[in-house]
Amino acid sequence: MSAVIEGAKRMKTGAERYRAGVLKYAQMGYWQPDYAPAPTDVLAVFRISPQEGVEPEEAAAAVAGESSTATWTVVWTDRLTACDRYRAKAYRVDPVPGSPGQFFAYIAYDLDLFEPGSVANLTASVIGNMFGFKPLKALRLEDMRFPTAYVKTFAGPPTGIVVERERLDKFGRPLLGATVKPKLGLSGKNYGRVVYEALKGGLDFSKDDENINSQPFMHWRDRFLYCMEAVNRAQAGTGEVKGHYLNVTAATMEDMYERAEFAKELGSVIIMIDLVIGYTAIQSMSRWARRNDMILHLHRAGHSTYTRQKTHGVSFRVISKWMRLAGVDHLHAGTVVGKLEGDPNSVQGFYNVLREGHNPMDLARGIFFEQDWAGLHGVMPVASGGIHAGQMHQLLHYLGEDTVLQFGGGTIGHPMGIAAGAAANRVALEAMVLARNEGRDIWTEGPQILADAARHCSPLKAALDTWGEVTFNYASTDTPDFVPTPSVA
Amino acid sequence: MRITQGAFSFLPDLTDAQILKQIEYGLANGWAISVEYTDDPHPRNTYWEMFGIPMFDIRDAAGVMSEVNACRRTFPSHYIKVNAFDSARGRESVRLSFIVNRPAEEPGYALVRQEGPGRTIHYTTRAYATERPEGARY
Repeated sequence: MSAVIEGAKRMKTGAERYRAGVLKYAQMGYWQPDYAPAPTDVLAVFRISPQEGVEPEEAAAAVAGESSTATWTVVWTDRLTACDRYRAKAYRVDPVPGSPGQFFAYIAYDLDLFEPGSVANLTASVIGNMFGFKPLKALRLEDMRFPTAYVKTFAGPPTGIVVERERLDKFGRPLLGATVKPKLGLSGKNYGRVVYEALKGGLDFSKDDENINSQPFMHWRDRFLYCMEAVNRAQAGTGEVKGHYLNVTAATMEDMYERAEFAKELGSVIIMIDLVIGYTAIQSMSRWARRNDMILHLHRAGHSTYTRQKTHGVSFRVISKWMRLAGVDHLHAGTVVGKLEGDPNSVQGFYNVLREGHNPMDLARGIFFEQDWAGLHGVMPVASGGIHAGQMHQLLHYLGEDTVLQFGGGTIGHPMGIAAGAAANRVALEAMVLARNEGRDIWTEGPQILADAARHCSPLKAALDTWGEVTFNYASTDTPDFVPTPSVA
Repeated sequence: MRITQGAFSFLPDLTDAQILKQIEYGLANGWAISVEYTDDPHPRNTYWEMFGIPMFDIRDAAGVMSEVNACRRTFPSHYIKVNAFDSARGRESVRLSFIVNRPAEEPGYALVRQEGPGRTIHYTTRAYATERPEGARY
């Protein structure tokens, strides 16, 4: 490598560093290959695709610079600050295995760069400026590590997996849910009918869809009143605690608070918000939920616009981490086997981030950093989208026990009716958990276990006859880079 | 009706052999098994009566099973459930809970509605059985 290129990567010092004009970001000190990250640093790893002729170290330095203190030119006012400390440091660049022209850039941020307890502030830095930066063809935030000191500035999930289970009195099996369909157009009275049938039939939860708010065909108060009639009737009909995720998403915080207060007044155990309301609104609703003993369900509406493509955007594992900090109790995180994007290893990585108290580095599942959650509650991952009873063994195998399995079409589209669809899912689930606990190999014996259970449950037989062969085997887009990608089936 | 609390209420009542396997599963995970009973099956009746304290020191499934059977002999017409408790940090809660005994007749619940302003309704769920005193319900 020529001396010129080497010089472009080296930080300039003293008067030379602060002479008016333009320097390379590396020369300004944003590339420091010798830097050893402090235990209190916030760490990020980006996938960078530099333009032709841009050195990866310079591209990494630019990302570090634009996400912390830098602008395009030298400013003398840096010297009024402890700028060496506030400068984010790109400290490592690795080629992405099997993807020429792409690099993983590791960047360390001093803790004082961030306001305590604010996801909005964190994200304004780490995804603020650089994603449209011209020297990069594309940029993706792959993973982050938060030091304990920073994690402790967040309250986290208002309820958490353990307390949610205690409140619902449901242990030892995944929870079951369904989204009301059609998701738009039903009147309040008809909508509540679907809720009642699904809950009475055997589901634990039913759910508003992301775009059910307050439309001409059904205003929000009507929806809440009919849904709570359905929830209470189903509770009395089964002896179980039931819930319906009442979506309080609205145009303003004032509207959302009003709807949430009404849900509380009616005795709902859970409310729901959409990711599109924004990070600050999510944190506000989390505070409200904590104050009012309410489970908070988050639907990840909109995420695929920036999580799905591997070259540009933000990985969903990062969104998962941010949402655990922001404080939600449920988060949709993929099904592996359903109709929506979801590579098995990537999805398991998301689930681990949401549920575990501590994540070891696990490149096979896309986890770049060790992360200690410092006692922050776990988030219950929700599997929703194109799943059915015939996949129960695969769902339990991939996703484990602390999850909500949501069968919308797989409940409401059942040939014998909604309650039968719900019962089929519940019987399939309980039979599979029982068999797993008995030590049986559900991965291979699953279809037989379901067939046996269907002998005492005609709705399950009908479900298996209708959907048993339905699969969604498409190649995944968002896969880890460090292992061959396994297929679902 | 059939009350569907617990992990396996949608399946046919578990046989003793099946219960034993679930107990073995709990013990293999290092959890403590406990037995609880009630004749108040309200969905929010959190505190069923304890049939002794959780069996932290009994590590053999047959020993646990004999406690289950002792409870069934004492309270043949009550609801009885088996719980597995995990004391690991971050969980410190029940990991598995399932019903192993229930009354022959389950009359279920009344739903009482109290109409309020603005079409709001406050709901109360009441088990028909609890209209009679404890111990004389099933």
